[in-house]
Amino acid sequence: MKRPANPGAEKGKLVAYLNARLLDPASGLDTMGALLTTGDQIADLGPKLFAGGVPSGIEVVDCGGHCLAPGLIDMHAFVGEPGAEHKESFASASAAAAAGGITTLICLPNTEPAIDEPAIVEYVERRARENSLVRVQPMASITKGLAGAEMSEMGLLIEAGAVAFSDGDRAVASARVMRRALSYSTLFGKLVIQHAEDPSLSKDGAMNEGDVATRLGLAGIPVAAEALVVERDVRLVAMTGARYHVALVSAGDTLDVVRGAKAKGLQVSCGTAPHYFALNENAVNDYRTFAKVSPPLRSEDDRQAVIAAIKDGTIDVIVSAHMPQDVESKRLPFGQAAFGAAGLETMLAVSLILHHDHGLSLNDILYKMTAAPAKLLGLASRGALRTGAKADLMLFDPDKPWRVNVDKLRGKSKNTPYEGLPLTGKVLMTVVDGLKVFDATH
Amino acid sequence: MYPPAITYLLDLADGYVEQNRAVDKKKSVLRGRTQVNLFFEASTRTSTSFELAGKRLGADVINMAVARSSVSKGETLIDTAMTLNAMHPDVLVVRHQDSGAVQLLSQKVGCAVINAGDGAHEHPTQALLDALTIRRRKGRLDGQVVAICGDILHSRVARSNIHLLNTMGAQVRVIGPPTLMPRAIDELGVEVHHDMRKGLRGVDIVMMLRLQMERMQGAYVPSLREYFQLYGLDQEKLTLAKPDALIMHPGPMNRGVEIDSLVADDINRSVIREQVEMGVAVRMACLEALTRHLPNIGAAS
Repeated sequence: MKRPANPGAEKGKLVAYLNARLLDPASGLDTMGALLTTGDQIADLGPKLFAGGVPSGIEVVDCGGHCLAPGLIDMHAFVGEPGAEHKESFASASAAAAAGGITTLICLPNTEPAIDEPAIVEYVERRARENSLVRVQPMASITKGLAGAEMSEMGLLIEAGAVAFSDGDRAVASARVMRRALSYSTLFGKLVIQHAEDPSLSKDGAMNEGDVATRLGLAGIPVAAEALVVERDVRLVAMTGARYHVALVSAGDTLDVVRGAKAKGLQVSCGTAPHYFALNENAVNDYRTFAKVSPPLRSEDDRQAVIAAIKDGTIDVIVSAHMPQDVESKRLPFGQAAFGAAGLETMLAVSLILHHDHGLSLNDILYKMTAAPAKLLGLASRGALRTGAKADLMLFDPDKPWRVNVDKLRGKSKNTPYEGLPLTGKVLMTVVDGLKVFDATH
Repeated sequence: MYPPAITYLLDLADGYVEQNRAVDKKKSVLRGRTQVNLFFEASTRTSTSFELAGKRLGADVINMAVARSSVSKGETLIDTAMTLNAMHPDVLVVRHQDSGAVQLLSQKVGCAVINAGDGAHEHPTQALLDALTIRRRKGRLDGQVVAICGDILHSRVARSNIHLLNTMGAQVRVIGPPTLMPRAIDELGVEVHHDMRKGLRGVDIVMMLRLQMERMQGAYVPSLREYFQLYGLDQEKLTLAKPDALIMHPGPMNRGVEIDSLVADDINRSVIREQVEMGVAVRMACLEALTRHLPNIGAAS
């Protein structure tokens, strides 16, 4: 699948989105109105726009009263290029992303070879440019070969286009290496993203350490494996003044550490994925390997703590944590199965649980998937409905019920933990740089 | 050391520069004296410089290259010192890989001791020769803006220069990546810059430091090519310094790592070879001052 050319953007084509509920989480705007795009930019928006009719020569999209919001920015997704194209390619991942309302995908560097060289950053960008429906920006590794020993060439990687640094699904285990990487990163001000899991504590573990693991006879990964890495890193952040982000927080103990760091004024932020507030460790019952994720699904108390932290702002961003796994990696005894869940297409709908069941406003939820990641990553022209911003749009119906049908998922790997579950809220249209890349309105 | 002592040594050295350029380079102020160069760490230019300085002043010079011992270093060091002391040397010139080792040794011997570099602590004669080079070129030390660039963390040259230049009224900036910057370095009275382009703006002197090869591959900086791009002195970065800014380097240089060859060999601005010449003169001055037992100069400088 090749990304279609966008002649409209070049010619400054005008498109009017009428009869929309405009949602801009960056400004708090929530009103019925219209939006106009010129080429790849938002030209105007508001309740009074086109009140007197649309002039001729402008293409009209009737939003049918549904919600028009900035396209989602997913800052944590694994795409298998290069090295694991059988699990996911830019073509398949971006089709799933577009169907999930995601317009910018930040892909993880734990590919094969890892994204630790400027040339690989450029390769990924070129592959994405040629094959992806949505915008893709790569993260680069913190350490060479994700080995946790030697720093990557951060300066050259940023020059090539890396937006942040992460060792993917591996923690930087050595405090000494982490200290130097954090310290060095202050030269550039980019985010250093940690996969918080102490490998010596989590070794051989398959799920959350607790009563469920005990009953199932599975080796556990204690909450402490996550919390102590963050505790350590926060001290290093205090020493170095770096910008630090915890990729995925799954437990209340970790959130307490992040909360404390923020209270001290440190540049510490964190994210979580929908499964950490939609599911708990009971999803693993019957040894369901699709619920085997890293960090693991935790206890009900932890799930509640994650929801509370989303509400109080301790959790800054919600990400898909998309980790496609082929059947051969998952159809195994639980202990041997690979970690990870597909999450691009379900990210918005599962997150809307926070709206329907926990009282968050739509803008509050969207903020964590649009303006917040844009701010953390320095994507100034994205993640907001604002005149002059890029025309990355998502039209969705927050109340439309649907059921997750694995066969209809667009991603190459179908390892969703929500198989057969009913969800509420569906993406109707996705627009990237003024170009429609997904349309389910007909 | 205090400003008058530094000025005294520099004045003395100035005279030796002329002598070293003459046909007859030999004097006899150290006649009958024994100078032992005790180098626990490999060095070519510093030991040669001290050897030449001693010989030109008429001293008997012995070079001892002591290999790194696997046994407890403190014990070996003191044993060596006691053994040498029994031979009645007048001056010991000591280089050691551990900070503070020279001071420890000086407490155990009865003669004058010159620190020729100890760990990441001090390299006083290097700072003196740098000061002499600057003073001869610029006329004065006070008011000069000096940028010391590179691996400040491991550099004894940087520490000695910061101390001397601050004492003499120069304004010192240090430039390097945060990973090669010692903590609280600003407490030493320097301006800290991580952006070389900002740090070089308007400086009179650019002093480059050597980056040890083993510190390049990912431990402190990611790679040689990234280091050169960010912190290598090339002509483009040099344009930010004053047009008549001097380029200095304590040597040995890594061309293409911390300094571009074009800059290192710039006839008008690079004083790197002049530094070596000043080194001999400064060391002669130190040897003379110490053997004269001047009251205002400490035994271990």
